[in-house]
Amino acid sequence: MDASQDQFAIRVRDLVVGFGRQTVLDHLSLDVRRGEILGLVGASGGGKSVLMRTIIGLIPRQGGTIEVMGQPTGGHGRGAATTWGILFQQGALFSSLTVRQNVQFPLRENLVLSQELMDEIAIAKLEMVGLRAQDADKYPAELSGGMTKRVALARALALDPPILFLDEPTSGLDPIAAGDFDALITTLQKTLGLTVFMVTHDLASLTTVCDRVAALADGKIVAIGPMRELLQSEHPWVRAYFHGKRSQMLQHEMR
Amino acid sequence: MNHEPLLLATPSGDVLNLRPEGPWTAANVVTLETLSRSVGADVDRSRVVTLDMSGVSALDTLGAWVLEKLSRRAATSGRSAEFVGVADHFSGLLDEVRQVNRHTPAPTAAPNPVLARLGDLGKSTADAREDITIFLQMLGALFMAVIGVLRRPRSLRLTSLVYQLYRIGWQAIPIVALITFLIGAIIAQQGFFHFRRFGAESYTVDMVGILVLRELGVLIVAIMVAGRSGSAYTAELGSMKMREEIDALSTMGLDPVEVLILPRVAALVIALPILTFLGSIAALYGGGLVAQFYGDMGPAIYIARLHEAISVTHFEVGILKAPFMALVIGIVACSEGLRVKGSAESLGRQTTTSVVKSIFLVIVLDGLFAIFFASIGM
Repeated sequence: MDASQDQFAIRVRDLVVGFGRQTVLDHLSLDVRRGEILGLVGASGGGKSVLMRTIIGLIPRQGGTIEVMGQPTGGHGRGAATTWGILFQQGALFSSLTVRQNVQFPLRENLVLSQELMDEIAIAKLEMVGLRAQDADKYPAELSGGMTKRVALARALALDPPILFLDEPTSGLDPIAAGDFDALITTLQKTLGLTVFMVTHDLASLTTVCDRVAALADGKIVAIGPMRELLQSEHPWVRAYFHGKRSQMLQHEMR
Repeated sequence: MNHEPLLLATPSGDVLNLRPEGPWTAANVVTLETLSRSVGADVDRSRVVTLDMSGVSALDTLGAWVLEKLSRRAATSGRSAEFVGVADHFSGLLDEVRQVNRHTPAPTAAPNPVLARLGDLGKSTADAREDITIFLQMLGALFMAVIGVLRRPRSLRLTSLVYQLYRIGWQAIPIVALITFLIGAIIAQQGFFHFRRFGAESYTVDMVGILVLRELGVLIVAIMVAGRSGSAYTAELGSMKMREEIDALSTMGLDPVEVLILPRVAALVIALPILTFLGSIAALYGGGLVAQFYGDMGPAIYIARLHEAISVTHFEVGILKAPFMALVIGIVACSEGLRVKGSAESLGRQTTTSVVKSIFLVIVLDGLFAIFFASIGM
């Protein structure tokens, strides 16, 4: 194993993705370091989710290479759950299974283990994401938005994957719940040594949680670095994003 | 470098030294479970257990939990257990795991089976009452919507009505005609086959005519429509309910019954008699073809016999039932659709319920009509 492989969890090179005649990602390159929390910002409909879905293999790419943990990706075969966990925007919990069964699902499909241990692991994961054992027998339809996200996070982490993808984790949460969720992600990232790839619009999350922030505009990564550096960026879109009225207000408050 | 996890147990007197080695991760879960079970007896015997973590090369939540479980087992009834030699990057995870699974909720006691049965019986009785209430509520709401439309004819959703008629009437014609054609042909074939033995072949035509016009035509068509259109109604309204579209309508001051349900039920009430008529003709035609090719009875004789055997009354009895069956199917389908809750599973369950219930009610209704028509001499 050479050093560069060890250093990066995800390496994207010259990625081209398009639908029909429209090119969404145009020779995009991005490196995600191991053990960091990377936030990805971009305009709505600008390809943030497309980038994430391409990395996890849900959208076919037209060109370029993607390496995850040093391995080139090709589709999502069995065992993908051991490489990465994904928190979808709406949670994507299986509605016919209870919370407990949802968390156990990746365990059941990928490992051979006793029901007793599986129950204990499921409860352990639920408690780690801040839920109580009493919630385990509820169905997804009975959960609030914040709880749904937590259960989805517990499911994403069921197999202790080294990489965690989060698609707008704090959208639809109230500021208190969003703050708690941010704290939770930081804690889990520290304890489990995760690499976190986070698509978000939440400026507070970007400032407090992310080690680095990448800005996606015109199908390319136009700026990447710690939040402080991005605020200095001269790129017009990045300036508009971080120095618009809303952002200015927030940053002012935080100072 | 170790690729298989190990667990070395060195007992010395009351003290047991456990030394896990290698990768204690989910990938090796089978080995981990066996290892932890194998030292179980030793752990129970010892007063002090130390877990020497210095040999562990990789650790995840699952591995940490298996070790934590061992240490908890060792630390019961005044005995003690401790982790030693924990590497820095594992300590956070071990601390985290130490917090979990502390408060297992008390398992709910299994209820008395007899009482559970009785409870189920009571619950389904109460549900049946609720079903009737919901049916009557929907009937009432539809009635009010009809009155509203009669007062202000412009409030009728004509576009929606025509579209529904096209979907559940026009598009259903081929399949309904095919099925009833086959049914008519089968009845005629059976009639010729069995009546031939005592020379009563010509009565086959009476049987086909009366059976098809009075009972089978309308019943088959109603069952087909319940399966084809009733289920579609339930699924449509159910997914609208799930996506809060119906709530959105209500908050805009519109009555969902008037906007969504009235056009659908009205389309059914209009379409079912027409489909019944077409279906009956197809069945009689099927019977006629069998008469010609299997019963050696030419079309002229078949039609002449049919003339003698059936009267307008038989036709009326069949066709009069159709709108009532349509109403039952429509009400059941729409009210089941509105009972859908948030989950995809509930949508499926409600759709099944809708089809089963409406077919059941259609047959019950047909029986009631048979008694009714018999007693008024039709």
